[in-house]
Amino acid sequence: MAIDQATVRKIASLARIAISDAEAAAMEGELNGILGWVEQLGEVDVTGVEPMTAVIPNRLRLREDVVDADPLTGGNRRDDILANAPAPQHGFFGVPKVIE
Amino acid sequence: MMTDLTNLTVAQIRDGHRAGDFSAVEVAEAFNANVAGAKALNAFIVETPDHAIAAAKAADADRAAGTLKPLSGVPIGMKDLFCTNGVQTTAASHMLEGFVPRYESTVSQKLWDAGAGMLGKLNLDQFAMGSSNETSYFGNVISPWRRKDGGNAALAPGGSSGGSSSAIAARLCPAATGTDTGGSIRQPAAFTGISGIKPTYGRCSRWGIVAFASSLDQAGPMARDVRDCAIMLENMAGFDPKDATSLNLPVPNWEAALSSDLKGKTVGIPKEYRLDGIDPDIDAMWDAGIAMLKDAGANVVEISLPHTKYALPAYYIIAPAEASSNLARYDGVRYGLRDLPQGAGLQDMYAATRADGFGPEVKRRIMIGTYVLSAGFYDAYYTQAQKVRTLIARDFEQAFASCDVILAPTAPSAAFGLGEKMADPLAMYLNDVFAVPASLAGLPAMSVPAALNREGLPLGLQIIGKAFDEQGVLNAGLAIEERAGFTARAEKWW
Repeated sequence: MAIDQATVRKIASLARIAISDAEAAAMEGELNGILGWVEQLGEVDVTGVEPMTAVIPNRLRLREDVVDADPLTGGNRRDDILANAPAPQHGFFGVPKVIE
Repeated sequence: MMTDLTNLTVAQIRDGHRAGDFSAVEVAEAFNANVAGAKALNAFIVETPDHAIAAAKAADADRAAGTLKPLSGVPIGMKDLFCTNGVQTTAASHMLEGFVPRYESTVSQKLWDAGAGMLGKLNLDQFAMGSSNETSYFGNVISPWRRKDGGNAALAPGGSSGGSSSAIAARLCPAATGTDTGGSIRQPAAFTGISGIKPTYGRCSRWGIVAFASSLDQAGPMARDVRDCAIMLENMAGFDPKDATSLNLPVPNWEAALSSDLKGKTVGIPKEYRLDGIDPDIDAMWDAGIAMLKDAGANVVEISLPHTKYALPAYYIIAPAEASSNLARYDGVRYGLRDLPQGAGLQDMYAATRADGFGPEVKRRIMIGTYVLSAGFYDAYYTQAQKVRTLIARDFEQAFASCDVILAPTAPSAAFGLGEKMADPLAMYLNDVFAVPASLAGLPAMSVPAALNREGLPLGLQIIGKAFDEQGVLNAGLAIEERAGFTARAEKWW
């Protein structure tokens, strides 16, 4: 199914990527080329086939219910977490005003 | 000192250092000099000579104290997809330019704990999306190889681990880390005449590796020979509670168990990998590889992997779908680039940041992934692709009922010229036709250099093994390595 430029802009909006009209025009052709090609999957008979969920059988584990069991991923790392933030403020992530 | 230390393999550096033939500092200085002198290849985004020297001094002290570690004295390159504490980690993107992690990836930490030092962070395709290293924000990596036609066309080192492959082939490092989502270790290894192995999914922790497609991403080593791959992999693999899909299995001693005697082993040759119109040099190399494995004692049988032609289209739904989800984290709030146009609100900031921070190929994949996951299309694209993935994995399972390993070419061509495939994303994707099926099935697979084509460029053979059987893959790789006698190397021009 071919997508048009309006659909390209809709996808870009869902993906939170700003695009110009020229980019949308270029992407229309590229995305249609790729989507047209992947459509051949439709010819595979998948009757009774379950979708893959885990490529190597593996059971999800629960960690011990311990605070800061791993200091790397536990708490009290505020400064480390904010170290790469583009606009930290007062120990928080700063963002543009969201509530008038 | 008459030997050029940068011609030594990992095993030779380790053993020579242990024996006192040279100091680790001499080794690190020699590689640092090669790195500094190879800017024309653009293999490194950041050079870290001090890290290499510090590890080398520690290795020399450990030798004096009798406390040598498995990789003492060995400096390596680190793909810039692994987070390194205090050293910029970019995934070759503008989005993460200037990002300096405050933690270390599990795989890199294991390598430092084993005594290795870091020569620098290696260039790659942006967010590991690409097959030629032309999508890096920090410029193309150039292969040290050139065609023997007298022209000086710049060739692709493969991708996404193209900085790793170029650096090893050019003797800027004896080994490096790579990651493989749909061939990103094996294809660059094949393009540059080196070896590389993607282990079974879950062998190496993904913790601290910038995520692309989490159900496929797997780290692995790249090096000049099979033994070095085994040594490196032993020091990268292992259970990590911080990765939910990490395999809780002991790490075998792959190096000690290396054996090129394949008596009693059966090698499968997938008939669907014989593509119409493929470069005859590729088929000739494949036939030569079959003869080498027979010579090593193996029995060879034809096998069928009937869903092979659907692997690439399934991959180009699944990988972008996972990427669109994984890369949603780059929002300009917590780390990385922020682009805040004058007077913009939060939503505009997200959109501007992502428009500015992602390159064209990354945007293309996020868009594809967003589309195939969107309401109304999810079942037709994503669920269908995941069902086909089940069938591809089943193909391998059935094939392995009658063979131990599978032999195939790594890539359908030798290295192509930079720019030759950039205009057509689909043509670029097709270069991973032989690599992607094993990725979708989570199987261990490696590439070893097997021959030069008529242009004088390296070609690689791929060995695919059963889940958890890296040993079988390495052993078959060793059998080819011993018989192919591949010693060609790129003549220095940089």
